[in-house]
Amino acid sequence: MGKNSIIVLKGVLKENPIFVQLLGMCPTLGVTTSAINGVGMGLATAFVLIMSNTVIALVAKLIPDKIRIPSFIVIIAGLVTIVDMSMAAYLPAIHASLGLFIPLIVVNCIVLGRAEAFASKNKVLPSCLDGLGMGLGFTLALTLLGSIREIIGSGKIFDFIIPGLEEYKLLIFVLAPGAFIALGYLIAIVDKLRS
Amino acid sequence: MGYLIIFISAIFVNNIVLSQFLGICPFFGVSKKISTAVGMTGALTFVMILATLVTYIVQVTVLIPYEIEFMQTITFILIIAALVQVMEIILKKISPPLYQALGIFLPLITTNCAVLGVAIMVIQKSYTLMASVVFAGATAIGFGLALIIFAGIREHLDLVDIPKGLRGAPIALVTAGLLAMAFMGFSGIV
Repeated sequence: MGKNSIIVLKGVLKENPIFVQLLGMCPTLGVTTSAINGVGMGLATAFVLIMSNTVIALVAKLIPDKIRIPSFIVIIAGLVTIVDMSMAAYLPAIHASLGLFIPLIVVNCIVLGRAEAFASKNKVLPSCLDGLGMGLGFTLALTLLGSIREIIGSGKIFDFIIPGLEEYKLLIFVLAPGAFIALGYLIAIVDKLRS
Repeated sequence: MGYLIIFISAIFVNNIVLSQFLGICPFFGVSKKISTAVGMTGALTFVMILATLVTYIVQVTVLIPYEIEFMQTITFILIIAALVQVMEIILKKISPPLYQALGIFLPLITTNCAVLGVAIMVIQKSYTLMASVVFAGATAIGFGLALIIFAGIREHLDLVDIPKGLRGAPIALVTAGLLAMAFMGFSGIV
């Protein structure tokens, strides 16, 4: 296996931002009422991660150390604004259901965390791949949690009704408490599988 | 009357952590002891009211007249970051004891999504300036309430025999879920 694919896989499995590092919990819990929301939020964050890692790796040497963090935040905020406006234009339905959580990608600890821990110290290509891996890992986690909550909570998956399951839906899983409980057990299960 | 409804609903019904899912990171991060939870709440209340006030004024006097509302995210996060820095410096000078108590929590607040979330929410809900400040204060109190209750529960969790697989983060999340369920009981009072 090449060095590059290791960097990508690391983000998806070994250092998964949600299951292992427990970063970026707010959108994880907030938007995963359905699988499609999870995919949308995951991909939006992944785009910001890839772009911010690439841009920051390019300019990291030009930025004085003292104003490093504010500069990173401005770069990230600019990218988030691009995502926000593009989604509002091309995917209005998903944009409406994700709502507040799109601008809040700015304060997602994963994005700033990778910028600081990886992109500012590495070259452009590895940084870009690190963003891709982390972004995919985040998307995977959100889609998984969204699917679980949608199946148990509304008896559907990606809006397709699962025959027979709809009568047994547990609405609590679509509501706030279900988010916490589902993620809690999911982390426990992933932990068990990893060890 | 309107302010009272905003106040009650921001604390109990639409609790920022347990039903809006904002500020989860500090909610889990600083909830191991009640004393740190109280310190965090104090610092957050301070920053949240001030940040909402400043961002609201900037939105009305700068962003809207010049039609650059799309700059909202960048402007707000910069204002919040700068505000936290300035507050840290001022607090250090004028009230060292308060700085000692709140100091370590201040840098953490920049990345607390609840602050940016509330600043954007009051614009989206088109509140007046006064209503925004009440909303910000009530949200911070709601955050504090959830955080302190949760810290109390977690202090007791240390003494309990938890199944091995659930120790650490999973049990904390499940506990938060049960707490959220309890807070759901408030829905309908406003």
